[in-house]
Amino acid sequence: MKRIITIETRDLVESLKKGGCGECQTSCQSASKTSCAVVNQKCEKMKKSQEDK
Amino acid sequence: MTHLYKLAGNNIVLDTASGAIHAVDDVAWDAIKIYEKVGKEQIQKLLLEKYQELDEKDIIELVSEIEELVNEGKLYTEDTYQAVISSDSQTSLKALCLNVSHMCNMRCTYCFAGKGEYGSQGELMSLETGIRAIDFLIENSGEHHTLDVDFFGGEPLLNWNVVKGIVEYARKAEQGSGREFRFTLTTNALLIDEDVIEFSNKEMYNVVMSLDGRKDINDAMRILPGGKSSYDEILPKIKKLSEAREGREYYIRGTYTRNNLDFFNDIIHMADLGFSMLSLEPVVAMNGQEHSLRSDDLPIIFEQYEQLALEMLKRNKENRGFHFYHYELDLTGGPCIYKRLSGCGVGTEYLAVTPKGELYPCHQLVGEAGFFMGDIWQGVTNSKLKDDFYNSNIYTREKCKTCWARLYCSGGCAANAWHDTGDINDVYELGCELFKKRLECAIMMVVAQNLEKNSNGQ
Repeated sequence: MKRIITIETRDLVESLKKGGCGECQTSCQSASKTSCAVVNQKCEKMKKSQEDK
Repeated sequence: MTHLYKLAGNNIVLDTASGAIHAVDDVAWDAIKIYEKVGKEQIQKLLLEKYQELDEKDIIELVSEIEELVNEGKLYTEDTYQAVISSDSQTSLKALCLNVSHMCNMRCTYCFAGKGEYGSQGELMSLETGIRAIDFLIENSGEHHTLDVDFFGGEPLLNWNVVKGIVEYARKAEQGSGREFRFTLTTNALLIDEDVIEFSNKEMYNVVMSLDGRKDINDAMRILPGGKSSYDEILPKIKKLSEAREGREYYIRGTYTRNNLDFFNDIIHMADLGFSMLSLEPVVAMNGQEHSLRSDDLPIIFEQYEQLALEMLKRNKENRGFHFYHYELDLTGGPCIYKRLSGCGVGTEYLAVTPKGELYPCHQLVGEAGFFMGDIWQGVTNSKLKDDFYNSNIYTREKCKTCWARLYCSGGCAANAWHDTGDINDVYELGCELFKKRLECAIMMVVAQNLEKNSNGQ
């Protein structure tokens, strides 16, 4: 019986190899303005590759 | 480091360093809690005692599942990212918050900018200064392709022609420079008209409009000089602009305070008005102010966030869902580790520009003594301050070192920390508690939706 279901997530260790382009939106440019919302941002590289598909 | 929590009937395990998330049953929950502290035999003994319906084979299978996840780097993953920060070179400028107006046509009680004037005499940015700011951004943007500019204030629509002139100049500057500008307009909505709607639809990537929710709640804090209801004035305007966006991004952004700790009702009110992109932020206020949030308020605030998550799940199923900014969590397409380590970019990638062209680390620190960084003609002259922000991260903040959420908040808002403690390297603890609760709720929503899909065989 499987007792653990792993949800699909971006592997942060793996993102060391493929990330870091710095093109994602600055978080306070979105809708926060008074708190840090880095995790609510999207990865521009992944967004673009999805749009290109 | 792992974080285990139970919410809305879900047992959730978050592996901080890898970002992996697991939904587990009670047996696995107990095993994962003790796995690192005791040996396999002890796990077997404890679980067989607690769960008499299980046999040894069940426990062996479970331990093997856990071992597999450890080997795959999805559980108890070590955080080895500190070395990445030290070896990374300093980043270039990517974004400016252009305070085109230090004047405001509202008198909101909780305004962090001192009625929009930031302690100044009510200044407007000239077109010449705005154009220089665009050049300054391009000159200092290094390898960045997409550059973000937020028109902010005060109220930016009080200087609308200059906003349009800056955008026009920036679009010309894009040509041949290899840059692309992404503009955001943040407005109290009072002066929205056909021209603002048309221009924003053409040029603004995002429009953020302020509304706090229910009429009495909104009007108690968002005050018009003549005493009229600001809710009645702005609602038709934000409706018109949001409807005209037709798929382009917008946010209805409000603030909740101690005066509306039942803020769930304000979010629902805005959703029921037909707005689908919502944000409601906790007030940033000095301790001791009547409307400032206190640690005693946390239980009711937590309850509100949970209620919101459950209501959103329910509405999603009924195909009448809406977006809440802090629950926008793209776990497969979210920020990479570099972004999570560099944080919001305050004072390094991101600067605020006053109407006079002075530079500050962010809009929340404009006008604060000790945070002046230079100007758009001379550039950043206070390099010590820039270094201070560059060197401030989750590994330099003592309280972050042991926090499971550190790769999600990136150490939190430095301006909040400074206002609360006087130190950008400290944390705003109340804000941390709110962040962690929102994150738990947002992850729970993803887990619940995934489990629902699985049970429907999708």
